Amino acid sequence: MRELIDSEGVSRGLRRVAGQIVERQRGAEGLVLIGVRRGGEPLTREIARWIRELESREVPVGSVDITLYRDDAATALPNPRIGPSQVPCSLEGKRVVLVDDVVFTGRTVRAAIDALMDYGRPRRIELAALVDRGGRELPVQPDYVVLTTQVGPDDRIDVLDEPGGIRAVVRPSGSPSVAPAP
Amino acid sequence: MTEKRLRHLTSVHDLDREMALRVLDTAEAFLEVTRRPIRKVPTLRGKTIINAFFEASTRTRTSFELAGKRLGADVVNIGGSSSSTSKGETLRDTVATLDAMHADVIVIRHVASGAADYIRHRTRAAIVNGGDGMHEHPTQALLDAFTMRRHTGRLEGLTVAICGDIQHSRVARSNALLLSLLGAKVRLAGPRTLLPHDVAALGAESFSRIEPALEGADVVMVLRIQQERLGSALLPTLREYARYYGLNRARLALAKPGAIVMHPGPMNRGVEINDDIADGERSVILNQVESGVAVRMAVLYFCATEPGQPIGSE
Repeated sequence: MRELIDSEGVSRGLRRVAGQIVERQRGAEGLVLIGVRRGGEPLTREIARWIRELESREVPVGSVDITLYRDDAATALPNPRIGPSQVPCSLEGKRVVLVDDVVFTGRTVRAAIDALMDYGRPRRIELAALVDRGGRELPVQPDYVVLTTQVGPDDRIDVLDEPGGIRAVVRPSGSPSVAPAP
Repeated sequence: MTEKRLRHLTSVHDLDREMALRVLDTAEAFLEVTRRPIRKVPTLRGKTIINAFFEASTRTRTSFELAGKRLGADVVNIGGSSSSTSKGETLRDTVATLDAMHADVIVIRHVASGAADYIRHRTRAAIVNGGDGMHEHPTQALLDAFTMRRHTGRLEGLTVAICGDIQHSRVARSNALLLSLLGAKVRLAGPRTLLPHDVAALGAESFSRIEPALEGADVVMVLRIQQERLGSALLPTLREYARYYGLNRARLALAKPGAIVMHPGPMNRGVEINDDIADGERSVILNQVESGVAVRMAVLYFCATEPGQPIGSE
Protein backbone atom coordinates (compact mmCIF):
# COMPACT_ATOMS: atom_id res chain seq x y z
CA MET A 1 0.00 0.00 0.00
CA ARG A 2 1.37 3.37 -1.02
CA GLU A 3 -0.01 6.80 -0.36
CA LEU A 4 -0.90 8.52 -3.61
CA ILE A 5 -1.94 11.85 -2.18
CA ASP A 6 -2.19 12.98 1.45
CA SER A 7 -5.03 14.92 3.01
CA GLU A 8 -3.23 18.23 2.64
CA GLY A 9 -2.67 17.56 -1.05
CA VAL A 10 -6.33 16.63 -1.50
CA SER A 11 -7.51 19.75 0.26
CA ARG A 12 -5.24 22.04 -1.75
CA GLY A 13 -6.20 20.29 -4.99
CA LEU A 14 -9.93 20.59 -4.33
CA ARG A 15 -9.50 24.29 -3.61
CA ARG A 16 -7.84 24.66 -7.00
CA VAL A 17 -10.65 22.67 -8.68
CA ALA A 18 -13.26 24.89 -6.95
CA GLY A 19 -11.45 27.95 -8.32
CA GLN A 20 -11.37 26.51 -11.83
CA ILE A 21 -15.07 25.62 -11.72
CA VAL A 22 -15.97 29.18 -10.78
CA GLU A 23 -13.51 30.67 -13.26
CA ARG A 24 -14.68 28.70 -16.27
CA GLN A 25 -18.17 30.21 -16.29
CA ARG A 26 -17.29 33.39 -14.38
CA GLY A 27 -19.17 32.52 -11.24
CA ALA A 28 -21.43 29.91 -9.75
CA GLU A 29 -24.71 30.90 -11.41
CA GLY A 30 -27.02 27.91 -11.90
CA LEU A 31 -24.33 25.57 -10.59
CA VAL A 32 -25.21 22.24 -8.97
CA LEU A 33 -22.62 19.78 -7.65
CA ILE A 34 -23.54 16.11 -7.85
CA GLY A 35 -21.34 13.43 -6.33
CA VAL A 36 -21.29 9.88 -7.63
CA ARG A 37 -22.22 7.66 -4.67
CA ARG A 38 -20.40 6.96 -2.55
CA GLY A 39 -16.85 8.03 -3.31
CA GLY A 40 -17.81 11.36 -4.82
CA GLU A 41 -19.90 12.58 -1.88
CA PRO A 42 -17.21 13.82 0.54
CA LEU A 43 -15.34 15.45 -2.35
CA THR A 44 -18.51 17.25 -3.42
CA ARG A 45 -18.95 18.69 0.07
CA GLU A 46 -15.34 19.90 0.09
CA ILE A 47 -15.64 21.59 -3.30
CA ALA A 48 -18.89 23.26 -2.18
CA ARG A 49 -17.11 24.53 0.93
CA TRP A 50 -14.34 26.12 -1.13
CA ILE A 51 -16.84 27.69 -3.54
CA ARG A 52 -18.65 29.18 -0.54
CA GLU A 53 -15.36 30.69 0.56
CA LEU A 54 -14.52 32.07 -2.87
CA GLU A 55 -17.94 33.31 -3.95
CA SER A 56 -19.79 33.71 -0.63
CA ARG A 57 -22.71 31.66 -1.89
CA GLU A 58 -24.24 28.27 -1.25
CA VAL A 59 -24.16 25.82 -4.11
CA PRO A 60 -26.77 23.02 -4.13
CA VAL A 61 -25.15 19.64 -3.51
CA GLY A 62 -26.55 16.19 -4.26
CA SER A 63 -25.61 12.64 -5.15
CA VAL A 64 -26.53 9.97 -7.67
CA ASP A 65 -26.40 6.22 -7.24
CA ILE A 66 -25.47 4.66 -10.56
CA THR A 67 -26.12 0.99 -9.79
CA LEU A 68 -29.35 0.92 -11.80
CA TYR A 69 -27.67 2.54 -14.81
CA ARG A 70 -24.61 0.30 -15.10
CA ASP A 71 -24.15 -1.35 -18.47
CA ASP A 72 -23.65 -4.65 -16.63
CA ALA A 73 -26.50 -4.10 -14.15
CA ALA A 74 -28.48 -7.15 -15.17
CA THR A 75 -25.65 -9.66 -15.36
CA ALA A 76 -22.48 -8.96 -13.45
CA LEU A 77 -23.43 -7.80 -10.01
CA PRO A 78 -24.10 -10.20 -7.17
CA ASN A 79 -26.95 -8.44 -5.37
CA PRO A 80 -25.52 -4.95 -5.27
CA ARG A 81 -26.72 -2.55 -2.63
CA ILE A 82 -28.66 0.23 -4.25
CA GLY A 83 -28.61 3.52 -2.44
CA PRO A 84 -31.02 6.38 -2.93
CA SER A 85 -30.09 9.25 -5.21
CA GLN A 86 -30.49 12.68 -3.66
CA VAL A 87 -30.84 15.40 -6.21
CA PRO A 88 -31.70 18.70 -4.49
CA CYS A 89 -33.54 20.37 -7.39
CA SER A 90 -34.59 19.86 -10.98
CA LEU A 91 -31.51 19.84 -13.19
CA GLU A 92 -33.40 21.45 -16.07
CA GLY A 93 -31.18 24.20 -17.52
CA LYS A 94 -28.60 23.86 -14.75
CA ARG A 95 -24.83 23.69 -14.98
CA VAL A 96 -23.98 20.38 -13.32
CA VAL A 97 -20.54 19.40 -12.15
CA LEU A 98 -20.38 15.67 -11.62
CA VAL A 99 -17.81 14.69 -8.98
CA ASP A 100 -16.22 11.25 -8.67
CA ASP A 101 -13.24 9.97 -6.73
CA VAL A 102 -11.39 7.97 -9.40
CA VAL A 103 -11.92 8.06 -13.17
CA PHE A 104 -10.84 4.80 -14.76
CA THR A 105 -12.76 3.07 -17.57
CA GLY A 106 -15.31 5.87 -17.91
CA ARG A 107 -18.23 3.47 -17.55
CA THR A 108 -19.29 4.86 -14.19
CA VAL A 109 -19.30 8.38 -15.63
CA ARG A 110 -21.39 7.22 -18.60
CA ALA A 111 -23.90 5.67 -16.19
CA ALA A 112 -23.93 8.78 -13.99
CA ILE A 113 -24.68 11.03 -16.98
CA ASP A 114 -27.64 8.80 -17.88
CA ALA A 115 -28.86 9.01 -14.29
CA LEU A 116 -28.61 12.83 -14.26
CA MET A 117 -30.67 13.11 -17.43
CA ASP A 118 -33.59 11.51 -15.59
CA TYR A 119 -33.78 14.61 -13.37
CA GLY A 120 -34.19 17.06 -16.22
CA ARG A 121 -32.05 18.34 -19.08
CA PRO A 122 -29.01 20.16 -17.74
CA ARG A 123 -27.56 23.06 -19.73
CA ARG A 124 -24.15 21.40 -19.47
CA ILE A 125 -22.44 18.65 -17.51
CA GLU A 126 -18.80 18.86 -16.48
CA LEU A 127 -16.70 16.25 -14.72
CA ALA A 128 -14.39 16.68 -11.75
CA ALA A 129 -12.30 13.85 -10.29
CA LEU A 130 -9.76 13.44 -7.53
CA VAL A 131 -7.67 10.93 -9.46
CA ASP A 132 -7.47 10.21 -13.19
CA ARG A 133 -5.78 6.83 -13.50
CA GLY A 134 -6.08 6.41 -17.28
CA GLY A 135 -7.32 3.13 -18.78
CA ARG A 136 -10.41 4.56 -20.46
CA GLU A 137 -12.80 2.22 -22.29
CA LEU A 138 -15.17 5.01 -23.32
CA PRO A 139 -14.50 8.48 -24.74
CA VAL A 140 -14.90 10.37 -21.46
CA GLN A 141 -12.49 13.01 -20.13
CA PRO A 142 -12.61 14.91 -16.85
CA ASP A 143 -12.65 18.72 -16.96
CA TYR A 144 -11.01 19.09 -13.54
CA VAL A 145 -8.53 16.69 -11.95
CA VAL A 146 -6.53 16.91 -8.75
CA LEU A 147 -4.03 14.20 -9.69
CA THR A 148 -3.26 12.30 -12.89
CA THR A 149 -1.36 9.07 -12.41
CA GLN A 150 -0.53 5.75 -14.06
CA VAL A 151 -0.95 2.54 -12.06
CA GLY A 152 -1.12 -1.12 -13.07
CA PRO A 153 -4.47 -2.21 -14.59
CA ASP A 154 -5.23 -4.49 -11.64
CA ASP A 155 -4.08 -2.11 -8.91
CA ARG A 156 -6.78 -0.53 -6.78
CA ILE A 157 -7.00 3.09 -5.80
CA ASP A 158 -8.92 3.65 -2.58
CA VAL A 159 -10.02 7.10 -1.52
CA LEU A 160 -10.34 7.20 2.24
CA ASP A 161 -12.60 9.71 3.99
CA GLU A 162 -11.10 9.89 7.47
CA PRO A 163 -11.50 12.26 10.41
CA GLY A 164 -8.11 13.80 9.52
CA GLY A 165 -9.19 14.50 5.94
CA ILE A 166 -9.49 12.75 2.59
CA ARG A 167 -6.51 10.87 1.14
CA ALA A 168 -5.89 8.34 -1.61
CA VAL A 169 -3.80 5.17 -1.52
CA VAL A 170 -2.77 2.60 -4.13
CA ARG A 171 -3.11 -1.07 -3.41
CA PRO A 172 -1.16 -3.42 -5.66
CA SER A 173 -3.25 -6.19 -7.22
CA GLY A 174 -3.99 -9.06 -4.88
CA SER A 175 -3.68 -7.14 -1.63
CA PRO A 176 -6.75 -6.95 0.59
CA SER A 177 -8.84 -3.79 0.60
CA VAL A 178 -9.01 -1.65 3.71
CA ALA A 179 -11.73 0.55 2.35
CA PRO A 180 -14.68 0.65 4.74
CA ALA A 181 -17.43 -1.78 3.80
CA PRO A 182 -20.42 -0.01 2.25
CA MET B 1 -17.57 -15.66 -2.05
CA THR B 2 -20.89 -15.31 -3.79
CA GLU B 3 -23.75 -13.80 -1.90
CA LYS B 4 -27.06 -15.54 -1.54
CA ARG B 5 -29.51 -14.65 -4.28
CA LEU B 6 -33.24 -14.57 -4.63
CA ARG B 7 -34.00 -16.96 -7.48
CA HIS B 8 -37.77 -17.44 -7.18
CA LEU B 9 -40.29 -15.92 -4.82
CA THR B 10 -43.23 -18.28 -4.46
CA SER B 11 -43.43 -18.20 -0.69
CA VAL B 12 -42.14 -16.17 2.23
CA HIS B 13 -40.08 -19.31 2.95
CA ASP B 14 -37.86 -18.30 0.01
CA LEU B 15 -36.64 -15.41 2.16
CA ASP B 16 -34.47 -15.38 5.20
CA ARG B 17 -34.35 -12.39 7.48
CA GLU B 18 -31.37 -10.87 5.71
CA MET B 19 -32.82 -11.24 2.22
CA ALA B 20 -36.19 -9.87 3.32
CA LEU B 21 -34.55 -6.76 4.76
CA ARG B 22 -32.45 -6.50 1.61
CA VAL B 23 -35.60 -6.37 -0.50
CA LEU B 24 -37.13 -3.71 1.77
CA ASP B 25 -33.96 -1.58 1.67
CA THR B 26 -33.72 -1.86 -2.10
CA ALA B 27 -37.38 -0.88 -2.37
CA GLU B 28 -36.51 2.39 -0.62
CA ALA B 29 -34.24 3.25 -3.54
CA PHE B 30 -36.96 2.27 -6.01
CA LEU B 31 -39.55 4.38 -4.17
CA GLU B 32 -37.29 7.34 -4.94
CA VAL B 33 -37.29 6.31 -8.62
CA THR B 34 -41.11 6.20 -8.72
CA ARG B 35 -41.28 9.79 -7.41
CA ARG B 36 -38.89 11.31 -9.97
CA PRO B 37 -39.94 13.38 -12.96
CA ILE B 38 -38.82 10.46 -15.16
CA ARG B 39 -40.01 7.35 -13.36
CA LYS B 40 -37.95 4.83 -15.24
CA VAL B 41 -34.47 3.32 -15.04
CA PRO B 42 -32.78 1.15 -17.68
CA THR B 43 -31.74 -1.66 -15.33
CA LEU B 44 -33.74 -4.52 -16.85
CA ARG B 45 -33.56 -3.34 -20.44
CA GLY B 46 -33.91 -6.33 -22.76
CA LYS B 47 -35.45 -8.56 -20.08
CA THR B 48 -38.91 -10.02 -20.55
CA ILE B 49 -41.45 -10.28 -17.76
CA ILE B 50 -44.72 -12.13 -18.30
CA ASN B 51 -47.64 -11.46 -16.01
CA ALA B 52 -49.71 -14.64 -16.15
CA PHE B 53 -52.86 -13.76 -14.24
CA PHE B 54 -55.34 -16.61 -14.35
CA GLU B 55 -57.50 -15.02 -11.66
CA ALA B 56 -59.06 -11.56 -11.62
CA SER B 57 -56.83 -8.79 -10.34
CA THR B 58 -56.51 -5.09 -10.97
CA ARG B 59 -54.08 -3.71 -8.44
CA THR B 60 -51.60 -6.56 -8.29
CA ARG B 61 -51.40 -6.93 -12.05
CA THR B 62 -51.10 -3.20 -12.65
CA SER B 63 -48.54 -2.92 -9.89
CA PHE B 64 -46.34 -5.68 -11.36
CA GLU B 65 -46.77 -4.22 -14.84
CA LEU B 66 -45.68 -0.75 -13.75
CA ALA B 67 -42.83 -2.20 -11.70
CA GLY B 68 -41.47 -4.07 -14.71
CA LYS B 69 -41.88 -1.11 -17.04
CA ARG B 70 -40.20 1.29 -14.63
CA LEU B 71 -37.20 -1.02 -14.62
CA GLY B 72 -37.06 -0.87 -18.41
CA ALA B 73 -38.17 -4.48 -18.98
CA ASP B 74 -40.65 -5.60 -21.63
CA VAL B 75 -43.84 -6.63 -19.88
CA VAL B 76 -46.51 -8.86 -21.38
CA ASN B 77 -49.83 -9.58 -19.67
CA ILE B 78 -51.75 -12.74 -20.33
CA GLY B 79 -54.62 -14.46 -18.63
CA GLY B 80 -58.30 -14.98 -18.23
CA SER B 81 -60.54 -15.55 -21.18
CA SER B 82 -58.01 -14.28 -23.74
CA SER B 83 -55.49 -17.05 -23.01
CA SER B 84 -55.22 -20.62 -24.23
CA THR B 85 -56.32 -21.89 -20.82
CA SER B 86 -59.85 -21.10 -21.98
CA LYS B 87 -59.22 -23.58 -24.81
CA GLY B 88 -58.32 -26.29 -22.34
CA GLU B 89 -54.55 -25.96 -22.19
CA THR B 90 -53.02 -27.14 -18.93
CA LEU B 91 -51.09 -24.78 -16.70
CA ARG B 92 -48.00 -26.85 -17.30
CA ASP B 93 -48.21 -26.46 -21.08
CA THR B 94 -49.00 -22.75 -20.88
CA VAL B 95 -45.95 -22.19 -18.73
CA ALA B 96 -43.72 -24.34 -20.94
CA THR B 97 -44.82 -22.20 -23.88
CA LEU B 98 -43.98 -18.97 -22.08
CA ASP B 99 -40.66 -20.42 -21.04
CA ALA B 100 -39.84 -21.31 -24.64
CA MET B 101 -40.29 -17.62 -25.48
CA HIS B 102 -37.38 -16.89 -23.14
CA ALA B 103 -39.25 -15.08 -20.44
CA ASP B 104 -36.88 -14.05 -17.67
CA VAL B 105 -39.57 -13.76 -15.03
CA ILE B 106 -43.08 -15.16 -14.92
CA VAL B 107 -45.41 -13.61 -12.38
CA ILE B 108 -48.28 -15.97 -11.72
CA ARG B 109 -51.66 -15.44 -10.11
CA HIS B 110 -53.81 -18.56 -9.92
CA VAL B 111 -56.84 -19.88 -8.03
CA ALA B 112 -55.07 -23.12 -7.14
CA SER B 113 -53.00 -23.13 -3.96
CA GLY B 114 -49.50 -24.27 -4.84
CA ALA B 115 -49.68 -23.25 -8.53
CA ALA B 116 -46.53 -21.12 -8.24
CA ASP B 117 -44.55 -23.90 -6.57
CA TYR B 118 -45.79 -26.35 -9.19
CA ILE B 119 -44.36 -24.37 -12.09
CA ARG B 120 -41.11 -23.20 -10.53
CA HIS B 121 -39.62 -26.66 -10.99
CA ARG B 122 -40.66 -26.73 -14.63
CA THR B 123 -39.23 -23.49 -16.01
CA ARG B 124 -35.96 -21.72 -16.63
CA ALA B 125 -37.68 -18.41 -15.90
CA ALA B 126 -37.77 -17.08 -12.36
CA ILE B 127 -41.21 -17.48 -10.82
CA VAL B 128 -42.82 -14.82 -8.69
CA ASN B 129 -46.05 -15.67 -6.92
CA GLY B 130 -48.69 -12.97 -7.41
CA GLY B 131 -51.14 -14.88 -5.20
CA ASP B 132 -52.05 -18.57 -5.39
CA GLY B 133 -55.38 -19.72 -3.97
CA MET B 134 -55.36 -19.79 -0.20
CA HIS B 135 -51.63 -20.32 -0.04
CA GLU B 136 -49.45 -17.22 -0.28
CA HIS B 137 -49.05 -13.71 -1.60
CA PRO B 138 -45.45 -12.91 -0.69
CA THR B 139 -45.12 -9.54 -2.46
CA GLN B 140 -48.19 -8.29 -0.61
CA ALA B 141 -46.53 -9.23 2.68
CA LEU B 142 -43.34 -7.44 1.64
CA LEU B 143 -45.17 -4.28 0.66
CA ASP B 144 -47.12 -4.37 3.91
CA ALA B 145 -43.93 -4.75 5.93
CA PHE B 146 -42.35 -1.95 3.91
CA THR B 147 -45.34 0.34 4.61
CA MET B 148 -45.28 -0.51 8.33
CA ARG B 149 -41.58 0.20 8.57
CA ARG B 150 -41.93 3.54 6.81
CA HIS B 151 -44.78 4.67 9.04
CA THR B 152 -43.72 3.32 12.42
CA GLY B 153 -39.96 3.31 11.91
CA ARG B 154 -39.47 -0.33 12.83
CA LEU B 155 -40.68 -3.93 12.50
CA GLU B 156 -38.92 -5.54 15.43
CA GLY B 157 -41.29 -5.67 18.40
CA LEU B 158 -44.24 -4.22 16.49
CA THR B 159 -47.68 -5.60 17.40
CA VAL B 160 -49.77 -6.24 14.29
CA ALA B 161 -53.43 -7.27 14.44
CA ILE B 162 -54.73 -8.92 11.27
CA CYS B 163 -58.53 -9.15 11.26
CA GLY B 164 -60.97 -11.00 9.04
CA ASP B 165 -61.21 -14.27 7.18
CA ILE B 166 -57.81 -15.60 8.14
CA GLN B 167 -58.47 -19.18 7.06
CA HIS B 168 -58.92 -18.38 3.39
CA SER B 169 -56.50 -15.47 3.19
CA ARG B 170 -53.15 -15.80 1.45
CA VAL B 171 -52.44 -12.23 2.53
CA ALA B 172 -52.80 -13.18 6.19
CA ARG B 173 -50.62 -16.28 5.77
CA SER B 174 -47.79 -14.49 4.03
CA ASN B 175 -47.97 -11.54 6.40
CA ALA B 176 -47.89 -13.73 9.50
CA LEU B 177 -44.86 -15.64 8.20
CA LEU B 178 -42.93 -12.58 7.13
CA LEU B 179 -43.74 -10.41 10.13
CA SER B 180 -42.72 -13.08 12.59
CA LEU B 181 -39.51 -13.61 10.61
CA LEU B 182 -38.81 -9.90 11.02
CA GLY B 183 -39.52 -9.86 14.74
CA ALA B 184 -43.05 -8.44 14.89
CA LYS B 185 -45.80 -9.94 17.07
CA VAL B 186 -48.74 -11.09 14.99
CA ARG B 187 -52.33 -11.44 16.22
CA LEU B 188 -54.87 -13.08 13.94
CA ALA B 189 -58.49 -12.28 14.71
CA GLY B 190 -61.75 -13.43 13.16
CA PRO B 191 -64.82 -15.59 13.68
CA ARG B 192 -63.81 -19.01 14.94
CA THR B 193 -65.05 -20.59 11.71
CA LEU B 194 -62.60 -18.47 9.74
CA LEU B 195 -59.49 -19.05 11.87
CA PRO B 196 -56.96 -21.65 10.73
CA HIS B 197 -55.84 -24.51 12.96
CA ASP B 198 -52.15 -24.01 12.35
CA VAL B 199 -51.88 -20.52 13.83
CA ALA B 200 -48.83 -21.47 15.89
CA ALA B 201 -47.03 -22.67 12.74
CA LEU B 202 -47.47 -19.17 11.37
CA GLY B 203 -45.77 -17.75 14.43
CA ALA B 204 -48.94 -15.98 15.53
CA GLU B 205 -51.58 -15.83 18.26
CA SER B 206 -55.26 -16.18 17.44
CA PHE B 207 -58.35 -14.40 18.78
CA SER B 208 -61.96 -15.22 18.08
CA ARG B 209 -63.04 -11.71 19.05
CA ILE B 210 -61.58 -8.59 17.52
CA GLU B 211 -61.39 -6.40 20.64
CA PRO B 212 -58.61 -8.20 22.55
CA ALA B 213 -56.56 -8.45 19.34
CA LEU B 214 -56.77 -4.70 18.81
CA GLU B 215 -55.75 -3.79 22.32
CA GLY B 216 -52.41 -1.97 22.21
CA ALA B 217 -51.74 -2.85 18.56
CA ASP B 218 -49.36 -0.65 16.53
CA VAL B 219 -50.84 -1.78 13.23
CA VAL B 220 -54.39 -2.88 12.40
CA MET B 221 -54.74 -4.76 9.15
CA VAL B 222 -58.26 -5.49 7.95
CA LEU B 223 -58.92 -8.16 5.34
CA ARG B 224 -61.63 -8.23 2.74
CA ILE B 225 -64.60 -10.44 3.47
CA GLN B 226 -64.89 -12.60 0.40
CA GLN B 227 -68.45 -12.58 -0.80
CA GLU B 228 -68.17 -16.16 -2.02
CA ARG B 229 -67.98 -17.38 1.60
CA LEU B 230 -71.31 -15.82 2.40
CA GLY B 231 -74.40 -17.78 3.20
CA SER B 232 -72.38 -20.85 4.08
CA ALA B 233 -72.08 -22.19 7.59
CA LEU B 234 -68.84 -20.21 7.92
CA LEU B 235 -70.33 -16.76 7.69
CA PRO B 236 -74.09 -16.15 7.83
CA THR B 237 -74.51 -12.47 6.87
CA LEU B 238 -72.47 -9.37 6.12
CA ARG B 239 -74.49 -7.41 8.64
CA GLU B 240 -73.60 -9.77 11.40
CA TYR B 241 -69.95 -9.68 10.44
CA ALA B 242 -69.90 -5.88 10.32
CA ARG B 243 -71.52 -5.71 13.72
CA TYR B 244 -69.11 -8.04 15.51
CA TYR B 245 -65.89 -7.64 13.52
CA GLY B 246 -66.11 -4.46 11.42
CA LEU B 247 -63.46 -1.84 12.19
CA ASN B 248 -65.11 1.30 13.51
CA ARG B 249 -63.97 4.28 15.56
CA ALA B 250 -64.76 2.68 18.94
CA ARG B 251 -62.79 -0.48 18.13
CA LEU B 252 -59.84 1.40 16.67
CA ALA B 253 -59.64 3.37 19.92
CA LEU B 254 -58.47 0.15 21.60
CA ALA B 255 -55.28 0.17 19.53
CA LYS B 256 -52.28 2.33 20.40
CA PRO B 257 -52.78 6.04 19.85
CA GLY B 258 -51.41 6.70 16.38
CA ALA B 259 -51.79 3.08 15.26
CA ILE B 260 -51.97 2.78 11.49
CA VAL B 261 -54.78 1.08 9.55
CA MET B 262 -54.09 -1.10 6.54
CA HIS B 263 -56.18 -3.01 4.01
CA PRO B 264 -54.87 -5.00 1.05
CA GLY B 265 -57.94 -4.03 -1.02
CA PRO B 266 -60.38 -4.18 -2.57
CA MET B 267 -62.43 -2.89 0.37
CA ASN B 268 -66.03 -3.64 1.28
CA ARG B 269 -66.86 -0.33 2.90
CA GLY B 270 -69.30 -0.67 5.74
CA VAL B 271 -68.53 -4.37 6.14
CA GLU B 272 -65.00 -5.00 7.40
CA ILE B 273 -64.10 -1.31 7.58
CA ASN B 274 -66.13 1.87 8.04
CA ASP B 275 -65.81 4.82 5.66
CA ASP B 276 -64.47 7.21 8.27
CA ILE B 277 -61.65 4.77 9.12
CA ALA B 278 -60.81 3.90 5.52
CA ASP B 279 -60.53 7.58 4.62
CA GLY B 280 -59.28 8.70 8.04
CA GLU B 281 -55.91 10.17 8.90
CA ARG B 282 -54.62 6.88 10.27
CA SER B 283 -55.31 4.97 7.08
CA VAL B 284 -52.22 4.14 5.02
CA ILE B 285 -54.19 2.13 2.46
CA LEU B 286 -53.10 4.25 -0.50
CA ASN B 287 -49.51 4.30 0.77
CA GLN B 288 -49.65 0.50 0.54
CA VAL B 289 -50.52 0.82 -3.12
CA GLU B 290 -47.63 3.21 -3.75
CA SER B 291 -45.22 0.97 -1.83
CA GLY B 292 -46.43 -1.99 -3.88
CA VAL B 293 -44.81 -0.75 -7.06
CA ALA B 294 -41.46 -0.03 -5.36
CA VAL B 295 -41.39 -3.38 -3.55
CA ARG B 296 -42.26 -5.30 -6.71
CA MET B 297 -39.52 -3.44 -8.56
CA ALA B 298 -37.09 -4.73 -5.92
CA VAL B 299 -38.39 -8.31 -6.21
CA LEU B 300 -38.30 -8.29 -10.02
CA TYR B 301 -34.84 -6.77 -9.91
CA PHE B 302 -33.47 -9.54 -7.70
CA CYS B 303 -35.21 -12.34 -9.60
CA ALA B 304 -34.44 -11.07 -13.11
CA THR B 305 -30.76 -10.39 -12.49
CA GLU B 306 -30.15 -14.05 -11.69
CA PRO B 307 -28.76 -15.64 -14.85
CA GLY B 308 -31.09 -18.42 -16.00
CA GLN B 309 -30.03 -21.93 -15.07
CA PRO B 310 -30.63 -24.83 -17.43
CA ILE B 311 -33.46 -27.08 -16.31
CA GLY B 312 -32.33 -29.85 -14.01
CA SER B 313 -29.19 -28.13 -12.76
CA GLU B 314 -30.67 -27.05 -9.47
